[in-house]
Amino acid sequence: MSDAAKKFMYVNRRAPYGTVYALEGLEVVLIGAAFDQDVCMAFIDDGVFQLKKGQDTKDSNMKNFSPTYRALGDYEVTKLYVDKESLEQRGLGEDDLMDLTYEDEDDDYNEKPSIRIVSRDELADLMEQQDVILNY
Amino acid sequence: MLHTINKSPFEKNSLDTCLRLAKPGSEILLLEDGVYAAVKGTAVEQKMVQALGDYTVYALGPDLKARGIEEDRLIDGVEVVGYDGFVDLAANSDRVQSWL
Amino acid sequence: MAFEIAGKTYETDEEGYLANLADWNPEVADFMAKEDDCDLTENHWEVINFLREYYEEYQIAPAVRVLTKAIGKRLGKEKGNSKYLYELFPYGPAKQACKYAGLPKPTGCV
Repeated sequence: MSDAAKKFMYVNRRAPYGTVYALEGLEVVLIGAAFDQDVCMAFIDDGVFQLKKGQDTKDSNMKNFSPTYRALGDYEVTKLYVDKESLEQRGLGEDDLMDLTYEDEDDDYNEKPSIRIVSRDELADLMEQQDVILNY
Repeated sequence: MLHTINKSPFEKNSLDTCLRLAKPGSEILLLEDGVYAAVKGTAVEQKMVQALGDYTVYALGPDLKARGIEEDRLIDGVEVVGYDGFVDLAANSDRVQSWL
Repeated sequence: MAFEIAGKTYETDEEGYLANLADWNPEVADFMAKEDDCDLTENHWEVINFLREYYEEYQIAPAVRVLTKAIGKRLGKEKGNSKYLYELFPYGPAKQACKYAGLPKPTGCV
């Protein structure tokens, strides 16, 4: 990744399935990852539900796209920031989220967690560091 | 940094999340159904008055007008801007965060 | 659009990708390849099978960059490069191989 890569943050604030925002947002991230950008994702409000583990749509006739979040590492999207307060408001903790990892090329391909739980101040700082913020 | 909110504070939590995550000194522009947050005497007025201490708050004039909201109904301190003002705000910000 | 093999009809989209994932079988891949004047060898099948497994696991067809890297990891460095993959699938490894594998067009493929 070049130094000139722009920093993009995709902000997700909608639950999966109820509306098409979550799936569309994810697809845009995957498409955008083909370009030379420094991409991260933020999960705020109901967006944290996208990362809930154990999603199973078999009985509801919808495509379960939660496994696709596990491919983000392959697409070099390795920074998934989750708003701590949004999790807590919804009775969730880190253990309720999918175990998402990436292989760190700069560190002998060691598997590392992609999800980082952040406070409101950390999240506010991260937003200030972006060149572009996109919302879904 | 410019934050925009286009959802009613009575239907979505966009306003709350924006106020929680926007840094003091930021600009906040209310537009579309977001302008309802700018009105005096609502359940969110207290929240907005407090926000005016930390942020500069704008409301988009044409959207107020479309909804029949006269300027004398607005919370003191909220500035009304037109589309040109909106463009200036966006152009003068390093980045824009749209709370949908 | 559609084509027929041994009396069974297979629906496709306007670019020839299979409309229903579940319709796929190896004959479909052979048929599609023949249409492109391509004979499927063991090397082709390695990639096609890999794509089907990838889809099964992640529910997406990988972009070419991702495919190349993943193939390298799975099948060895000499196969994980675009030269090798383009020789097998001259219309573009992700696009063409995904088509034969019965997957939708890769996400991130513009």
